[in-house]
This record gives sequence, C-alpha cells and structure tokens, in this order.
Amino acid sequence: MNFPNHKGKMVPVPSTSIIPERDLGKIPVLEARHLGVDFGGLTAVDEFDITVGRTEIAGLIGPNGAGKTTVFNLLTKVYQPTRGTILLDTRDTAGMNTVQVSQAGIARTFQNIRLFKSLSVLDNVLIGLHNTMKYPLGSALLRLPSYWKQEKQAREKALELLSIFEMQDVADTPAGSLPYGAQRRLEIVRALGTSPKLLLLDEPAAGMNPSETYELMENILKIRDTFQIAIMLIEHDMNLVMGICEGIAVLNYGRIIAKGTAEEVRENPVVVEAYLGKKKEG
Amino acid sequence: MMTFIYQLINGLQVGSIYALVALGYSMVYGIIMLLNFAHGDVIMIGAYTIWISITAMGLHPVLAVLMAVVICTLLGMFIEKVAYTPLRKSPRISLLITAIGVSMLLQNLAQIVFGANAQTIPSIVTAPNITVGSMQVSVTAVITIVVSILSMLGLTFLVQKTKMGKAMRAVSEDTEAAQLMGIHVNHTISFTFAIGSALAGIGAALYCCAYPQATPTMGSMLGLKAFVAAVLGGIGSIPGAMIGGFVIGIAEALVKAAGLSVWADGVVFAILIVVLLFKPTGLLGRTMNEKV
Repeated sequence: MNFPNHKGKMVPVPSTSIIPERDLGKIPVLEARHLGVDFGGLTAVDEFDITVGRTEIAGLIGPNGAGKTTVFNLLTKVYQPTRGTILLDTRDTAGMNTVQVSQAGIARTFQNIRLFKSLSVLDNVLIGLHNTMKYPLGSALLRLPSYWKQEKQAREKALELLSIFEMQDVADTPAGSLPYGAQRRLEIVRALGTSPKLLLLDEPAAGMNPSETYELMENILKIRDTFQIAIMLIEHDMNLVMGICEGIAVLNYGRIIAKGTAEEVRENPVVVEAYLGKKKEG
Repeated sequence: MMTFIYQLINGLQVGSIYALVALGYSMVYGIIMLLNFAHGDVIMIGAYTIWISITAMGLHPVLAVLMAVVICTLLGMFIEKVAYTPLRKSPRISLLITAIGVSMLLQNLAQIVFGANAQTIPSIVTAPNITVGSMQVSVTAVITIVVSILSMLGLTFLVQKTKMGKAMRAVSEDTEAAQLMGIHVNHTISFTFAIGSALAGIGAALYCCAYPQATPTMGSMLGLKAFVAAVLGGIGSIPGAMIGGFVIGIAEALVKAAGLSVWADGVVFAILIVVLLFKPTGLLGRTMNEKV
C-alpha cells in the first residue's frame, strides 16, 4: 500500500510537538498540555501532550489498554480531565461539557459502533446535523416556511454527506440492518454532520478486510481534503497508520512514549519494546 | 344493534382518554425507562385546575382547559427536575419508588387543599347532540375522539419529522452518543415530560367532559388503566398506546353494556394478562434484544 505525496513534511512547533509544514502558519486545531485523568487511585492517562495541525491526519497508537480511547473520552469530555488543558482552536475547553465540545468542533466515532440502530440511515445523519437546524418548535407545529426550508436543507446536506461513501441509496434503511462495514462508514458520516474541525476516529478499520481498509484510507484522505479538517485516529492496523498518518503518538500505560513521523516511530526501540516486549540479553 | 353502536362510541370516547394518558406513560418510558406513576395524578391536578378556573375564577371553559394544559405541563417539568433528574444515574428501582412517592404526595396534597369530597365540575361543552339518522351522538364524544386523534397525529409528526423528535429518539437509544452529536440530553428529557404532561392536561379536560367531577384519587385508577393501555399496545410505541387505549375503552364499555359493570375493571386486567402471555412486548412493541 502506498499513498505518496499525501503526507506533509513535519516541522517542530514550540509545544514540543510536530505538525505538517503546510499547517505551520495556521493555529493548531488541538493542543493538549499535561492532560491527565485519575480513576480513584488509578492514573489512566498522564502528561499527555499533543499538537494537531489544522489539516493533519494524526495517529494515536499503543498496545491494548494503553489509554487511547480514554484520551478520546477526555477530549470529548465524556470524562472530565483531572489535570491539564485542552485548547481547541485556542479555546480552552475547561468547564465545557460533551455537548459544548461537540458544538465547538470535535466529533467522534466509537470503537464499538454506536449508531441509533432503529432509526433510518438518513435520520442518523440528520441527528448529526441537529445543531445546524435552528427553527423554533412552534414553526414546526405550525408548519411555517422556516421549518420546511431548514428541514429540506438538512435533508439535502445529509444526502450529500452520505454520497461521500455512496450511501444515498440506503438512506431509508434502518441503520442497524446495514452490513458491518457500512455501519462504520455511517458513523463517520454522522460525525461529519456536526461540521467538526477535528474528527476523532476510534479504530475505523476494525473488522475490515485489507481491500476495505484500503478504501477507508482513501476516504479518510478524501474527507480531509474536501472538508479541510484535522483527523485523529486510533488504529491497530499499522498499514493504515503508517500509510496515512502524519504525526504519530505512541501511548503505553497512559503516557506518551514516543512521538514523530511514521518512519521515526517505526525505528524507535522504545516503541518496538512496548509492542513486542524486551529482547532477552545474551 | 343500536345499543351496541352507542356503547362502541362510549368505548371510543373513554378509550381516547386512556390513549392520551397512555401516550404520556409511553413517551417517558421510551426516553428514560421510567414508569412515571405520578402521571395519573398530574391529570387529577389538571381536573382541579379546570374546576378552580371555572368556579372560583369564573373563566370561560376554553380558557380553563388551556389553563389546565399549562399547569400540567409546568407540573410535569417541575416533577422531572425536582424528583427524577437527581436520580438520573441511580438504579431504575429508585426512580420507580420516587415516582410512586410523588404520586402519593400529589394525592395527599390535593386532599389537604381541596378536601376529600368530590367537587363537581361545570360542563365544559354545552352543545346539543348531533343527530345521525335515528341516532343521537353526544358532541362531547365526538370532540373527545377528534381531539385525541389530532393530538396523536401531531405527536407522531413531532417525533418523526422534527429535530426535537429526532433528538428524543436519539437520546432514547444511546444517551452518550446523542450528547456527542451535540444534543442536550437534559433539555430533551424535559421537553418529553412537557409534551407528555400537556397531553395529560388535554386528557384531564376530556375526562372532565365524560365524568364531571374531581377527587384527589381520580388519577390513580385512570393512570393505572392508561398504563395497562400503554403496556398492551407496546410501551414506547405511539400507535400502540392509541390502539391499547381503544381496546381497553371499548372492552370496558361492552362489559358494562352487558350488565356486568362490576366486572369491567377485572376484564381490563384480564385482557392485559392474556395479551402479555402471548406477546410479552405488547401488540406493537419492539422486540427487545437482550445484550449477551
């Protein structure tokens, strides 16, 4: 698998991280500093620092239980961080809740698919578009033009988003009856409905075969290019991570043990050790 | 034959009221899995509101009905905020017990404030009967049936076609995922209680047309039967609540017409038992998939 010319040259920024060179003049979409969370006495994530460029595709990897999904939960405020700051587009998200973070521009998908299964594919995307519709309830009940207009616009927008993955034809199918791969794609479309600046994908390729994964990689790049947003993904499929991720952070036991480009991370002995264990001496 | 048709209309009238109340149960259950046993007592408060508005404040009956809808809506939202929101993360049994507690509180408050005796409510609708061929149909029956069908259609539209309805369905399926889509869960639940209680207010007005008196405990039997209607139709389903309400209303009317009035309540519960034996999720209920 090869995706040449899609990755930018990485350059260091003051916050001890790297971002693609093309994003250098722009404000990073996400900056997390000293982020940490304790559950009772257990420190699940600690000293998590990351900077994600405006249009970067960032990877978050690490062995099982390293705390990757916990990081996503911190960024989306499903868990409130115990320590540290999260700057979304230079805006401090301290004190924000999940809904506010979603409105501020972070959207995500889930490791175990969490679609609204009994609702139609279209309705799932329309729920993603919830906050773009502003009509008051009265105008819906009285069927005023503003209701029709906005519902119609939202419908068109939803179908347009579905067309990224060529899913317009199944718009009226219940989401739960879609095949597995299509459900994963629908979750991405639903997340895009919230018009995020940063899209978090939690194991988007889980359970996909190599050709589906290849298609997914193309689609991730397409989404980044079309919407000009940053994407951060957790993934175990190294072909995907090494193929499209620009900056990669490696997490182990809740701490970042390495950061860099695909090449740098792959060569890093600490990373190899975290994944495969220590080489026996002698 | 004539009596049969009359009883059928009677049944539809009572059934429409049950259906409206059942919708309140169904919606609340659908969104937070709570059997809101205080729902029947909200109707009781609605009935007293109408009584006060007409007798003490001298309002026009239509205004009195509007007043009842407003008071019920506010009361429903207030109960949700004060009694249920703090228990959002508690086991469901705590919520259920709280609901029963709220129900008793409302009944006893009403008894203290309004007394235990029945208060007669002046008639809300004063119009001559409609004559169809050789039959006389009461206007109240027609209004009741029409109003509840309209409310039902309005509700279906609201749930299926508006963003608030989609938010409700999203919250009922996966609260956390809904939040991550930018949906305010608290607002959505409040809204659901508001709508359910507004329907209770309408139900109260229609009930007062059929049985023009208010007692502190009137809500409990009405609420119980509406709950039976909701379960019978498949709790969580709008058309289910409607059908459940009609089935129970008609069954009750026919049993009474057969001269077995004392058996009417028994028959209602017997129908519930039989239906649940053969279709545990109710007539139109979704099959539940137990997570393994």
